[in-house]
Amino acid sequence: MSKTINPVAGYENQIDSAYDHNPNDAHHAGDHHDEGPKVTLGFWIYLMSDCILFASIFATYAVLKGNTAGGPNGREIFDLPYVAVETALLLISSLTYGLAMISMEANKLKAVIGWLAVTALCGLGFMGMEIHEFIKLIEEGAGPDRSAFLSAFFTLVGTHGLHVTSGLIWMGVMFVHLFKRGLTPANRIRLMSLSLFWHFLDIIWIGVFTIVYLMGAA
Amino acid sequence: MLTQAEPAAHAASTADASPLVEFLFGKLRLDSVPWHEPIIMVAGAGMVGGAILVLGLITYFKQWKYLWTEWLTSVDHKKIGAMYIILALIMLLRGFADALMMRSQQALASNGGAGYLPPDHFDQIFSAHGVIMIFFMAMPFVIGLMNVVMPLQIGARDVAFPYLNSMSFWLTAAGAILINVSLVVGEFSHAGWLAYPPFSELEFSPGVGVDYYIWALQISGLGTLLSGVNLITTIFKMRAPGMTLMRMPVFTWTTLVANVLIVAVFPILTVTLALLGADRYLGMHFFTNDGGGNPMMYVNLIWAWGHPEVYILILPAFGVFSEVVATFSRKRLFGYDGMVYATAAIGVLSFLVWLHHFFTMGAGANVNAFFGISTMVISIPTGVKIFNWLFTMYRGRIRLELPMMWTLGFIITFVIGGMTGVLLAVPGADFVLHNSVFLIAHFHNVIIGGVVFGCLAGLNYWFPKAFGFKLHAGIGKVSFWCWLIGFWIAFLPIYALGLMGMTRRLDYVNNPVWHVYLIVALCGALLIFVGIIAQLVQIVYSIWKRDELRDLTGDPWDGRTLEWATSSPPPFYNFAVLPKIGNHDAFWDAKQTGTAYVQPKAYEPIHMPHNTPTGFLIGIVSAGLGFGLVWHIWWMASGALLVMIGLGIVHTFNENRDYYVPADEVKAIEDAHFANLKKAEQ
Repeated sequence: MSKTINPVAGYENQIDSAYDHNPNDAHHAGDHHDEGPKVTLGFWIYLMSDCILFASIFATYAVLKGNTAGGPNGREIFDLPYVAVETALLLISSLTYGLAMISMEANKLKAVIGWLAVTALCGLGFMGMEIHEFIKLIEEGAGPDRSAFLSAFFTLVGTHGLHVTSGLIWMGVMFVHLFKRGLTPANRIRLMSLSLFWHFLDIIWIGVFTIVYLMGAA
Repeated sequence: MLTQAEPAAHAASTADASPLVEFLFGKLRLDSVPWHEPIIMVAGAGMVGGAILVLGLITYFKQWKYLWTEWLTSVDHKKIGAMYIILALIMLLRGFADALMMRSQQALASNGGAGYLPPDHFDQIFSAHGVIMIFFMAMPFVIGLMNVVMPLQIGARDVAFPYLNSMSFWLTAAGAILINVSLVVGEFSHAGWLAYPPFSELEFSPGVGVDYYIWALQISGLGTLLSGVNLITTIFKMRAPGMTLMRMPVFTWTTLVANVLIVAVFPILTVTLALLGADRYLGMHFFTNDGGGNPMMYVNLIWAWGHPEVYILILPAFGVFSEVVATFSRKRLFGYDGMVYATAAIGVLSFLVWLHHFFTMGAGANVNAFFGISTMVISIPTGVKIFNWLFTMYRGRIRLELPMMWTLGFIITFVIGGMTGVLLAVPGADFVLHNSVFLIAHFHNVIIGGVVFGCLAGLNYWFPKAFGFKLHAGIGKVSFWCWLIGFWIAFLPIYALGLMGMTRRLDYVNNPVWHVYLIVALCGALLIFVGIIAQLVQIVYSIWKRDELRDLTGDPWDGRTLEWATSSPPPFYNFAVLPKIGNHDAFWDAKQTGTAYVQPKAYEPIHMPHNTPTGFLIGIVSAGLGFGLVWHIWWMASGALLVMIGLGIVHTFNENRDYYVPADEVKAIEDAHFANLKKAEQ
C-alpha cells in the first residue's frame, strides 16, 4: 500500500467515501466534491482565526506586562538558556514534521510514522520542560495569581502549550489512522492539516520567545 | 437586599457540606433554586411544562424516530438552517418576555411605587434580555437564513463541511440551553449584556450568574466560529460553474463578508471571556482592581469584537433587502458593484470604530476624534446602499407583498436610527448622552429596524422555498403594522427620555414627569408583543392551511436568483444538475431565454453526505460541560470534555461518510417536480 504511486490503489471499486474516491474517475469527476482543497482552505481559515486568538492574548500581555504589582518582573524569573533548549526542541520538531511530509510524498509509510514519532517526542519534551518551568515558578511564589503580568504570561504561554498538547493528541490519533489504513487520501489530508497546525504553533512560539522571553529578559 | 442575602446563604450552605456532597454537586444545592421568587417559579414551571408537553406530544405521536433521522442527526443545510430559525423564534419569546418585564417595571416604578421586581431580579432581566436577543435570537436567525439560502444561491448541494455544520448548530443550542437553565437553577448574570469588570469579577459578583454567561457564550461562540469557517469555504469552493465572485447574489456577498467578520472577531470574544474566566476561576488579575489588573482592557477587547458583531448581524439583513427589492420591483438591483464594494467597505470599517462605545474612557481628544470620524465614515457606504435600494424601486413595478413591506418599513426606520447614530458619534454629544436611554433607543432603532425587520422579511420571503407553501399574507400584515407602529410608540418616548437625562438600567425612576413617557413606551412594547404573537399565529395558521397556500412551481415570487430554480422544498440534493451561470440573476435570465424548466434527458448519480449523530451528541454533552464548570462540578466538566473529545476522535474513524444517490432515484424525484410544474401551469 505504502509503496504504490497511485494514492487510491485498491480502492477503485469503493466509492462510499469522499476521501477515498478515485480522482481520475472521469465519469463522476464533476460530481465529486474535491475534499482536499476544501479541507485545506477551511483549515487555513481556522488557523487564521486562531492567529487572531493569539494576537488578542499578545495584546493583553503587552498592555499588562509592566503591571507586576510588587511581584517579580520578567528579568527576575526568565531562565533564557532553559527556554532556548525548549525553543530548539520545538524548532527541531518542525523540521522532523517536514521530513515526515517529504516521506509522505514519497509514499514511505514507515518513514512517515518514524518522523512523526520523533516529532511527537520533541513535542512531549517541549511540554515537559514548559510544565516544569510553570511548577517551578508557582513554587517560587510567582504563580499566575501573583500579578497581572504573571496572569498574562501564564495565559499566553499556557494557551500555546494547550495547543501543542492538542497537536500531540492529534498525532496519537494519527498513528492509529496510519497503522490502520496507511497513506490513504483521507490520511494525507489529515497529515497535511496537522502539518499546517504544527508549523503554525512554531511560528507562534517564535513570537512568544521573542516578545515574552527575549524582550522580557533584556 | 436580596443581593446581599443570597450569596451569604449560599456560602453557609456550601460550608456545611460533606466532602462527598461537595464532590458530587460542587456549589449546587437545593436552595440554589430560587423557590421563594414566584415570578421565576412560574416562568420556570412554564418552561419545564412546555418542554414536557413537547416531549410528550412527540412520544404520543411516535415521532422520535422521525425527529432523530430527519432533524437531530441531519446534515442537510436547509434543515439545520430551519432549526436555527426555530431556536431564534423560541428565544425571541424569552427575550421579549424580559423586555415586557422591564418596560412594565419602569412604568410602575416611576410614579412613586416600587414596582414588582426587586433590583437583584431586574438586573438579571436586562442582562438576560441583551444576551438572549443578540446571541440567541439575532445570531441564530441570520445564520439560519444564511444556511438555508446561501448554498441554494450559489448552486451548491450542501455546505463544505456538513457534519461541522450540524455540530455548530448544536453548540449554539447548548448555549441557549444553559441560558434557560440559569433561569431556574441558580441565577443569571447581573452585569449587563457585556459583563464589564470589575463588577463582573468574583469580588462583586460571587454568584454563578457571570459563570453561566461566560460558558453559554463560549460554547455558542465556538459554534458560530466553526459555522463561519464552513460558510466561507462553501462560498469560495462550491459555487456552480460560471458563478464568478462578481456574479454572486448580494445576499451571498453579505454572507461572505459577515462570515469573514465572524472568523476575524469571535476569537477575540473567546479570549476576552476566557481571561475573565481565568480571573474568576484561577484568581488571576487581568481585569481586577488589585494585582495590577486593567478593567478598561476588557472593555477595549470586548468592543473590538462587539462592534464588528453588529455588522455581522446587519450585513446579512442588508443582503435580504437587496434580494427582496430587486424581486418585488422586477428590476435588476441598481448598482450591484456599488453594493458589493459598500458591503466590503463596511466590513473593513467595522474594525476601526470600537472606541466610540466608550468615548468617556478618557483616551483624549485626538483618539476620540479619530473614532468619531471613522464612525461617521461608515454612514457613507451605508448611504450608498440605501440609495441603491431606492433607485432599484424607482420606475420598478413594485408589488407590495410582505417581504417588500418589511423592506420599506426598514428603510424609513433604519435611516432615522442611523442618523441618531451619527449624532452619538460626535464625542462631545456622546459625553452627554453616554449610558442614557437615548443610546438604548438608538441601537434598538437600528437592530429592530434593521436586523429584526430583515430577518422577518427573509422569513416571509424564503419560507415558501424551505417548506413549499407561503405564509398567510393577511396575518403577516397585522404582524408588520404592529411591529412598525409599536416600535415607534415604544422608542420615541425613550429617545425623549434620553435627551431629558434618564440613564439606562434603572429599576426605579424617581422623576414623576417621566412616568407618562414610560407608560407610552410600555404601550408600544405591548403592541410589538401583538406583532410577535401575530407572527407566530401566521406560521401556525399557514401550516394548518398549507394546502391552500401551496406553491408548486418553486418560484412563488417570480424570483431572480438560483434558489428559485429548484422545487419547493428543494430535494435534499438541491440541484439534480448543477446550473451553469452566465450573468447576475441567473434564474431570471434562464426564464427570459426559455432555458428554465427544461428537464434534462438523463441524470447522473449524486454524491451526498450521510447523516451523523456526532454533531448532536457533542453539542448536547457540551451543555453538560458548561453546567459542570458553572457549578464547579469537576467530575461532570472533565467527563463531558473527555466524552466530547472522544466523540470527535471516534468520528474520524467513520469512513462511511457519504454515498451516491442512484440516478433512478434522482429521476423519480425530478419527474414528480416537473409533473407539479405542469399542474401549476394549468
